[in-house]
Amino acid sequence: MSEMYIAKEKFPATVKQLMGRCRVYGPVFRGQYHEFAELKAAEDADMGYQNTRLSPKELFHPQSERMFTYSLDKSDSEAEILKEAPKDFSSRVILGIRPCDAKAFQLDDRNFDVDRFRDPWWVKRRESTTLVGLACNQPCASCFCTTVGTGPFDTGGLDVLLTDVGNGYVARSTSSKGDDLLQGMEGGEKVSSEAAQKVMDLKIKAEKQLGVQFDVSTLSEQQMLELFNASFWDDIQFSCINCGICTFLCPTCWCFDIQDEVHGNKGDRIRNWDSCMFPLFTLHGSGHNPRSQKLQRVRQRFMHKLKYYVDKYKDGVACVGCGRCVRFCPVNIDIRQVARLMSARCVCPA
Amino acid sequence: MRAYTGRIREAAKRLLAENRVDVVIGFRKGTIPLMNEPYLIKSVDQVNQLYWDSNCGINLANYLPKRPDRVGIVAKGCDSRNIVVHILENQIKREQLYIIGVPCKGMLDRRRIMAERNGREPLFAEELEHKVRTVRYELDLTRDRNYFLQDNCRICTHRNPVIYDELVGDLVEEQQVDRYTDVRKIEAMSAEERWEHFEKLIEPCLRCYACRNACPLCYCPTCFVDEARPQWVGKSLDKTDTRTFHFLRAFHVAGRCTDCGACERACPVGIQVRQFTKKMEKDIKELYGYEAGVIADERPPLDTYRPGDPEPFFK
Repeated sequence: MSEMYIAKEKFPATVKQLMGRCRVYGPVFRGQYHEFAELKAAEDADMGYQNTRLSPKELFHPQSERMFTYSLDKSDSEAEILKEAPKDFSSRVILGIRPCDAKAFQLDDRNFDVDRFRDPWWVKRRESTTLVGLACNQPCASCFCTTVGTGPFDTGGLDVLLTDVGNGYVARSTSSKGDDLLQGMEGGEKVSSEAAQKVMDLKIKAEKQLGVQFDVSTLSEQQMLELFNASFWDDIQFSCINCGICTFLCPTCWCFDIQDEVHGNKGDRIRNWDSCMFPLFTLHGSGHNPRSQKLQRVRQRFMHKLKYYVDKYKDGVACVGCGRCVRFCPVNIDIRQVARLMSARCVCPA
Repeated sequence: MRAYTGRIREAAKRLLAENRVDVVIGFRKGTIPLMNEPYLIKSVDQVNQLYWDSNCGINLANYLPKRPDRVGIVAKGCDSRNIVVHILENQIKREQLYIIGVPCKGMLDRRRIMAERNGREPLFAEELEHKVRTVRYELDLTRDRNYFLQDNCRICTHRNPVIYDELVGDLVEEQQVDRYTDVRKIEAMSAEERWEHFEKLIEPCLRCYACRNACPLCYCPTCFVDEARPQWVGKSLDKTDTRTFHFLRAFHVAGRCTDCGACERACPVGIQVRQFTKKMEKDIKELYGYEAGVIADERPPLDTYRPGDPEPFFK
């Protein structure tokens, strides 16, 4: 593990160094909120931000991605042959990502990078990316990372963790990729014992503030069908308007749909985010829809994250507690409340 | 407005106890600051969950279409107008409803408060008489509540319910305001400028369709963007498709939209989608002198013909 202290006045120069080496993405304020964008200038990265409105999954799993292109022109010798659309897999650094969001990529790997299925674009993007995280000194009221097995200072999904200690950042590598990155950097100073202590203090304070908001450990013990048929779904689903906000903002919602779009003689095969909140998501070719009712769709989202995933992978829930769905659900459906209902050991009569 | 809570609970209790209604639809207190949840209760022992404050912006009329039961519903001005629209469009019958009217002083815009706090949500919020206080770590902010009103509430001219069976408070004074200064600004643009303006407006759109789903008017069994056979609109972020969605949605709510603001309230990326619907509203008002959802016993201008209708397109 290597570490260094970067004074805030030297931080732009440090970012600039990185930008000389590879593409650098950082939190940029655009319009009304922050999003990850390739930095044009080192100063564009707003390291004082809370979090991005949308999760950074877009960087690895774009909302709308051209996979292949093809020609339908019969006179074309390559007519009707799918050709991979060109993509940029050059190395890049994502700067200032929150530990929860980085952790989410590891969960997503279970879908995109396993022995049976390997999504080449996801894998290449993951390989060529170094994640430089920013510890969360002041978590949101709606965050619950510590409850779901990650945390405001979790290094699990990161290559480097930066902690804002006031006048500067303490940077610590947490992987060999991170070691390589830090070892090549100039201008870093030795981490003083005060700064190291500050990191510890901030970590304890932030973790304590978040606390444990519900118990995920009992989810695996619950009977799947009992949960599936539980009466509380009726209560939970009432307010849902079946928009896709929760799924679109979620860093661990990975579902997609593949469509062909043809204009004249040219066609594209495009992969788009999809949402289990939409009736079309499960509409069969026959016209039958196994999830035609709102209750079924609402239940699916929570059961997937908090039960099916738990049972299938035996490694916790499919949620990193970033709180986006809690903050932006227009009708205040709160996954923490749902998790409390699902994990309750007995259902007491109302 | 929190004072309405007690009156709403009283009304709900009475209605359920006297078996006047099967359910009551209102709000319950939210799990995070500045947020409440639409909530349906079925029995008297649930009435104390009902709650009211300035964070009840979602339009409850959205939960009415095709309900078969007798419903008590809490309705502020805009909700009541959408109830009228539902009655006119045969989505629910007046006899099924018992409307608990709420004279409204405008709803808070949570996003505006977040923006004021540099994008950080408060850990705590409270509503004072004419102020809103939000607290998070070292930042303790108290501002005039009018400063944080939703855009549509600032220019609302129907704060009082237009239709109700009882009221939970005294009627409030209606505002005398010009509703269309922003629309006129856009009308004054050249075609190119306007195109540019709308392109920029919808640029962040994710096509999550929250604006549509939050809208009480959008009750089509299958929305045109969800039709699969044939598929009218592409699923990618192609600009033409995004435009098509927004433009068609706006036209579909022409003469029906009450400017309740549910669409903007729901939008996760803060698009001011009301810029489209307000233009429609202004046109309908100028052409037919009609305001949606105000009169319950007259057909709306766009679903009937009258000999005096303006026909400027006949040359």
